[in-house]
Amino acid sequence: MEDSRLVLSPSPHVRDEDTTQKIMLTVVAALIPVWAAATYFFGFNSIRLVFVSIIAAVGSEAVFLALRRKPVTVWDGSALVTGMLLGLSLPPTLPTWMAVLGSFVAIVIGKQVFGGLGANPFNPALVGRAVLAASFTSQMTAWTMPFTDAVTSATPLVSGQASYAELFFGTVPGSLGETSALAILLGGVLLFYRGILDYRIPVGFIGTTAILSFVFGQDVVYQLLSGSLLFGAVFMATDMVTSPITPVGRWVFGVGCGLVLVVIRFWGSLPEGLTYSILVMNAFTPLINRWTRPRIYGQVVKQV
Amino acid sequence: MGNKTFPRGGGHIPHRKDATKNKPVMAMPAPQQAVIPLSQHAGAPCRPVVKVGGRVKLGQKIGEAEQYVSAPVHASVSGEVVEITERPLLDGTKSMCVIIENDGLDEAEPLVAQDYSRLSVSQIAELIREAGVVGLGGAGFPTHVKVEPPKPVDTVLINGAECEPYLTCDHRLMLEQPHKLIEGLKILMQAVGARQGIIGVEVNKPEVIRVLEQACAEQSYVRVAGLKVKYPQGAEKQLIKAILGREVPSGGLPADVGCIVQNVQTAVAVTDAVVHGVGLYQRVITVAGAAVYDPRNVLVRIGTPIRDVIDFCGGMGNPAAIIAGGPMTGQLVQDLTAPVVKPLSGILVLSKDEISYELNQPCIRCARCIDHCPMGLQPNFLADWSNKGLYDQAERNHIMDCIECSLCSYVCPAKRGLCRSIQAGKQVVRAGKTAV
Repeated sequence: MEDSRLVLSPSPHVRDEDTTQKIMLTVVAALIPVWAAATYFFGFNSIRLVFVSIIAAVGSEAVFLALRRKPVTVWDGSALVTGMLLGLSLPPTLPTWMAVLGSFVAIVIGKQVFGGLGANPFNPALVGRAVLAASFTSQMTAWTMPFTDAVTSATPLVSGQASYAELFFGTVPGSLGETSALAILLGGVLLFYRGILDYRIPVGFIGTTAILSFVFGQDVVYQLLSGSLLFGAVFMATDMVTSPITPVGRWVFGVGCGLVLVVIRFWGSLPEGLTYSILVMNAFTPLINRWTRPRIYGQVVKQV
Repeated sequence: MGNKTFPRGGGHIPHRKDATKNKPVMAMPAPQQAVIPLSQHAGAPCRPVVKVGGRVKLGQKIGEAEQYVSAPVHASVSGEVVEITERPLLDGTKSMCVIIENDGLDEAEPLVAQDYSRLSVSQIAELIREAGVVGLGGAGFPTHVKVEPPKPVDTVLINGAECEPYLTCDHRLMLEQPHKLIEGLKILMQAVGARQGIIGVEVNKPEVIRVLEQACAEQSYVRVAGLKVKYPQGAEKQLIKAILGREVPSGGLPADVGCIVQNVQTAVAVTDAVVHGVGLYQRVITVAGAAVYDPRNVLVRIGTPIRDVIDFCGGMGNPAAIIAGGPMTGQLVQDLTAPVVKPLSGILVLSKDEISYELNQPCIRCARCIDHCPMGLQPNFLADWSNKGLYDQAERNHIMDCIECSLCSYVCPAKRGLCRSIQAGKQVVRAGKTAV
């Protein structure tokens, strides 16, 4: 007893086993089926872009944390997730150096300048993607057919030429991770099962898109399965840091994402509006949090 | 069996009760020297009414409460008062204590059994006060104050949830002394004029529910309510919501919704106080944790040093922390010479593998603290505002409604000290209020 050291720490003295790192690594695990599908369809390009994005993201994080004289906490896995998400959102033939630039922008401008993990208002991977899309428009919209390197003109969202089955399994042109609805749903189920994904955001997002597609006379199933809606709704919009923290707020956020997406898809000059729909709603997240504070125990009773 | 619960928040935490829940309570020999603090309760400390060198009997009052919110203290051994001095308490702070050298005789006044059915409310309250009964679940709030509520009360609830991990002292008492518990409940009902008494027990104690249901079988106005196993089911406001569906208004008391809540052991102490006129000089505590060799529930005299209690349970191996109370809300023991006091429900001698501590990594806004908060608060913001000194903002957002159950800190994946920060903020807000 005399020679042993006692822990001095306030209560609670027991804690849940889940950690930030476990949450991040679970997201990585959920992205594995998506990456596997991308590699099956697009071959080496998938491995090249995702690896490069991860290395650039983790590297940028390490360097900038060191420059900010902060502990280099790259093992928390957050930069790994950002790099992986960015890589999977890129078109297969994008030059390597552009992926590196995208990851750098995502981590440094999307996250570190705001104060690092937890302090960024916008989804870092989408910030990186938005900058690439604005800077290198033609490379960021150069799509290839699966199993080939042949560049085609358009994704199914624009061409309208794909069967539901092709869209579901993913044998269509598109960004690496967005084509296979099946793989995305697998990952989503894992995240939901592990309590990391709040169903309200993807259900609100996809549901709103479905209803509005129906209202405006579009093919509802086609609108849901094509483009990057599923990938974004499951993996990007549900980013904990940049989405609301209240249950009602998550519905508002999901529905808002759907509204912006539909406006861009149907009336905007861009074919796909996923990136901007989420980024726009990220900007509203603090306000949504403020407006949707839940009633506390005993609150209404007192006011009566 | 029932499965009542509070609707919002809460969570599942490990129980870790198996080591002690099946062992009968064992009485521990009285200590050689009893160290009896004059303040063992919420409220004003007592004034000593014995002198150094004087003889005291077992159960004799040695400290008198001079204010309403306070409770007298009693000798837990017979013998000579050798010193009245400051001694360290569990949390390391010092307090005036009466130190009695045990003569080993346990000489006491003869007990007189009393029929309480003819006693008035104020007579019952006075007997409870005289016996020094306070909330034995941990808060230590004087019980005689609770039985004179400011508003009419129709229900007395007995809190048998025992939702903290490790602790099984209430579990054992309910099993071993169901009739004493129910008698205490009836006395409390008579005192406050309640028409029903309900004992809330989590359904992970089926044998307790069976025993209590048998014991209540003949009385239609006393019954058992099975509660879902969820932390913090034993928090006063959550228990009231779960059993009665009533919500205590923000800043209010249980009496505002027509009930009072008492801990199991408190009700048993009420029976001793009112029926037998016995002062509160001993209690049952759980001694558990992987670093204590023989974990069990012990009937121990108030004033016994913590080290003696651990030694009685086989001593300890290589503890990482020793905790007074449960692991969710208990405090670290800072001094092993500190005595057992009335509100102490357990001594946990935890090994390195059982304990987890704060890391304070960045908040990733996962909102688990919000989803789990049983009061519907936003612990992440409240903690943040407290840390930044934005107390007005914290107060506007109901920081004072926090019940300090620590579930937010428990679920936080970044292992932030949310509850600790909120507690600190509450202290500042409270101090600001009294200063005005």
